Formats: sequence, structure tokens, C-alpha cells
Amino acid sequence: MLEMKSRWAPYWQAAPLAIVFLIFFVLPLLVTLAVSFWTYTGYSIEPAFVGDNYATAFDKCLASLPDLCTTFRTYLSTLKFCLMVWLITLVLGFTIAYFLVFEIKSNNMRLILALVTTIPFWTSNVIRMISWIPLLGRNGVVNQWLMGVGLTSEPLDWLLYSNFSVVLALVHLNTVFMIVPILNSMSRIDKSLVEAAYDTGASGWQTLWNVIIPLSKTGIAIGSIFVITVVMGDFISIGLMGGQQIASAGKVIESQINALQFPIAAANAVVLLAIVLMIIWTLLRFVDIRKEL
Amino acid sequence: MARPADLELASVTKSYGGTIAVDAINLKIKAGTYCCLLGPSGCGKSSTLRMIAGHEAVSDGDIALGNEIVNKLPPAKRGTAMMFQSYALFPHLSVRDNVAFSLKMKGVGKVDRSIKATEALKLVDMERYAERLPAQLSGGQQQRVALARALVTDPQILLLDEPLSALDPFLKIRVRAELKRFQRELGISFIHVTHSQEEAMALADLIVIMNNGKIEQAGTPREIFNAPASEFVARFIGGHNVLPVDGRTVSVRADRLSVSPGGGEGVAAAVRDVEYQGTAVYLSLATDAGIEMTAIVPERAFYQQPFETGDTVTVQWDPNDVHELSASA
Repeated sequence: MLEMKSRWAPYWQAAPLAIVFLIFFVLPLLVTLAVSFWTYTGYSIEPAFVGDNYATAFDKCLASLPDLCTTFRTYLSTLKFCLMVWLITLVLGFTIAYFLVFEIKSNNMRLILALVTTIPFWTSNVIRMISWIPLLGRNGVVNQWLMGVGLTSEPLDWLLYSNFSVVLALVHLNTVFMIVPILNSMSRIDKSLVEAAYDTGASGWQTLWNVIIPLSKTGIAIGSIFVITVVMGDFISIGLMGGQQIASAGKVIESQINALQFPIAAANAVVLLAIVLMIIWTLLRFVDIRKEL
Repeated sequence: MARPADLELASVTKSYGGTIAVDAINLKIKAGTYCCLLGPSGCGKSSTLRMIAGHEAVSDGDIALGNEIVNKLPPAKRGTAMMFQSYALFPHLSVRDNVAFSLKMKGVGKVDRSIKATEALKLVDMERYAERLPAQLSGGQQQRVALARALVTDPQILLLDEPLSALDPFLKIRVRAELKRFQRELGISFIHVTHSQEEAMALADLIVIMNNGKIEQAGTPREIFNAPASEFVARFIGGHNVLPVDGRTVSVRADRLSVSPGGGEGVAAAVRDVEYQGTAVYLSLATDAGIEMTAIVPERAFYQQPFETGDTVTVQWDPNDVHELSASA
């Protein structure tokens, strides 16, 4: 009786989460995959098994090389945003985590400051973005200040609805996803290692490069996965902050869904998923993420 | 190997915002000495070690190594190397890379690095484990790697911060003997911080007993055991009875008390406890005046005339065994 119980107990304990994952994650994903092979017309969607949607998604893309087709340009632009946001959040997140772990001596202060970094999450995503508008708009606070001080004679247009504002908003939204995992792995670094490095003659930068960065690697990888997956799939921030003028992979899918063209939207979603998975797979080749678990 | 050098501390003080951790201590350690800084926790021994190492700034006074004052030099420029309490091996680097770390920081080429690291590992008999990660080694092995990492810089003085505290009792005794052997073979000074008087007795050429940021006594183990300078020292190193005699405080070694059945000449006392220790029996005694004493009686002598808890006995000692203590801090 006892043996039976102990044998099955772990499965029962894991079951609730497994079921949630199955119903809300695996199943929709499978449905999306299936739908991506269906056919559709202006007014109907038919179950089928054809590759038409994938062909449409990459319509004339190979033929028109070396010129880039719209799809390639969209993905390239999305990747560009992703890379920029990733680099900026990485530098910011690493620096902030470093400051919290190695410069703040009191534990209470560290906890308070770590909580402060989460303040942007006390309001909704959309409100946080909308609140940039009065700040960055043509007649916004920043432009009025710049003109008031006399730095510019007319409002700067590139502050809002531009690549700049998109990157700004995405960095603002995602830096905390970088801070937390890096903070987590950094705070596990034994402080005596830093002292030992100093004892053996390492300079500050040498210690950073040879001790702290290698030991924060798992945190960096986890943070990168968070940021990259969010930015690659983003359509709200890019839409709102780009003035609906900047294309992104997520936005393409969104507009296809709005047009009720589910099969082609599903095909694009599968392509996007494949690209993100490839990026994550590459990342994981550098880092053993199990160390963090 | 670097030439061994003398170390001298001249009224070295460390204060942390008002609290004085080390209070103007003076100390000379000759080249090639095994020195133990001994004392209870918070006595300033670790701060002293860390100041010598260069991990804490000196608040006042000078530290001289050889002919050079090293107060302002960073650790790696002093000719000292430190072995940390938890060894502080880099967990992401192999044993070889750990040992070669300081050479890499200095910009030594990969081949030379590897040769020197292997040499240092051979010295501690760990070259077979060069490719392992620290987590794949036992505590004793990690300690040898830490030793090799410290020695690869050719230090004049090796500083050890409670190096044996993480080891189990049996290993402790073995590693202790190894440390002593390394020190003898290398001919450099070891400065070893510990709170175990047993460890200090076994290892040191020079024991420095500290209390409240001051040096209570510095001397060879035998000097200290036979002539403790203060009541604190007598109590801390153990094996002594601290007794008030005619308004003065004296100490008498526990193994110099002779205990006989009640009635004879001497001090009357009651046996409070009898502890069998193998080679000897430890008797806890208390006089009528409430003074507590311990007598260490060789096993054979005790069982020729055994006592039990509650017996009344007479305690005697030779006047030559009475040692005067100065007023203690």
C-alpha cells in the first residue's frame, strides 16, 4: 500500500501543472500548427493539409533575392529591434544587478532597491506606454523643455512614433526581466571569490570578466530568453509607440487575425515560433541552465 | 621561490567607525616562522590577518615586510598570499585554471602558466586532479588546491584564515601535519588564524594570543603553557587552574595538582565530577569557598586510589608549580 502510494505520489503532485500546460499551452499550439495547413477564402476556412499558407507567407521571397521581400524585411526589422533592446537591457540589467549585489552593503537596502526596479509593473503595460505620449509628443514635456532651454528651435519629431520611441518603450518594459535573473545568479556568487581574485592580483575589470560574468552566465541566458521572446512577439508596443507605421512579425500576425485569415496567421505564428526557438537553442548551447534550478 | 622576509607590525590599529577592532599591536615575526594568531571570536585576529594581507586598510601604524612598508600596496604586490576560510576556489574553473589564475592575470603565456600550475599542483600532490572542477573534490583536496593557488605566486608569507575549520576532526589532524610539513619545506612564514588552542599548540613556533584587539601574550607554545602572562591566557589555553592566593591571582597547571583522601595537609575540596579521558582522569573539584579546580590524574594513579563524585579530598601542589599572573585585562 505504502509502496503504491509513494510510487504514484510524484505524478499526482505534478499533475495539476501538467494539465494546465496541456490544455492552455500544448493544445493551442497543436491547433495552431494544424490550422496553419488549412485553406481559406475571403469568407470561409476549410480543414486541409496544404503548404499554401507558408508559400504565401514567403511569397516571391526567394525569387526576388537579393532584394528583400516584405516578409524578410519585417523579420529583419523585428530582429533589429530585438537585438537593440536585448543589448540595452543586458547592459542595464547587468549593471543594476551588479550595483545591487556588490555595491549595496545592507541587505534591507538591497531588498528595497530591488523592489523599486519592479515599480513599472504596478500599472498595466498599455498605461505605461500611453504615458510616454504626453512626455515625448510634439507638444510634450521633453520638447517644451528643449525649446524652453533653447536647445532646439522647433519640436523634435523623432521622439515619438519612431524607432527611438519603440526601443525606449521596449527597454522600459523589459529591463526588469533582465535584472531579476542576473540578480539571482549574481547574489549566489561567494564574495570571498572577489577577494580571492583581488588577492591573486586581478584588476577590477579582470575580476568582472574572469569571475563575475562567467558566474552570472545562467542569469544572463535566462534574462535574454525572457527579453527575446517578448520582443520578438511584440505588436502592442511597436504598434503604439511606432504610430502603427512600423512593421513587426507580431503585428503581421495581429492584422491577419483581425482580417479573420486564421490559417495564414497560424502559419506566420509557427514561423515566428521556429525562429525564436532557434535563437533560444543557440543561447542554451553556451550555458548550462540547469545550474540555476 | 622568493626570499623569506621578516614581518613587523608597528602599533597597527584598525577601527571601524569608532569601534576599535585591533588596538595598536606590535609584533615581529621572523622569516620562516609558523605563527598562529589565537583568540576567541571578535578578538581582532582576523582583522590583523586581513590587514597583513591587504584586504583591510590599516587605520594607523605600519606593516613592514622585509625592508619595505607595505601599508598602501595591494595584496598581490606585497609578497603575501592568502588562503581563505572556505578556500574560495573559482567554481567555474578547473583545478589547473584555478592555480594558474594569478599567472593569467599577470599576462603569463598559456604554456608557461600550465607548466607552473602543474609544478604547484605536484607540490601538493594534486596533479592528477588538474582537469577536475572544485565541486568534484573532497574538502581536503580543495584545501590543497587552495594552497597550490596561493603558493604559485611565490609568496614570502602565506596567510591562512582558519584553514582547518571546514574539515572533519580526523582530516583536521592529518591536514594540520601537512601544513606544518609544507611550511618546513618551503621555509617561508605561515601566519595561521585559529580559535583552537590545540591547533595552535600543535603547529606554531610562535603563538600570539589576542583578546579585545590587544596581544595578551606572544611566545613559543611551551613558554605560553608554562608561563601564561595573564589570567585570560591561563583560562583560554586551558589545563590551568586560576586561583586566588592571598589577594593575588596565580595559576597552577591542572596536571600538577595532587589529590589525596581527605584529612591531610592542603586544601579541602569536594569532587564534583569524574571524567574518564583514557590516558588520564579529569576531576572537577570545588573548595568550601566555592573555588573550582580541575585536577588531571594519570589513569593508573587514579585507579590505585579512585574517588567518586561527592567524596571529600585534599588537594596539594608544589610551591614551585605556582605561577604568578599579572592583573588581567
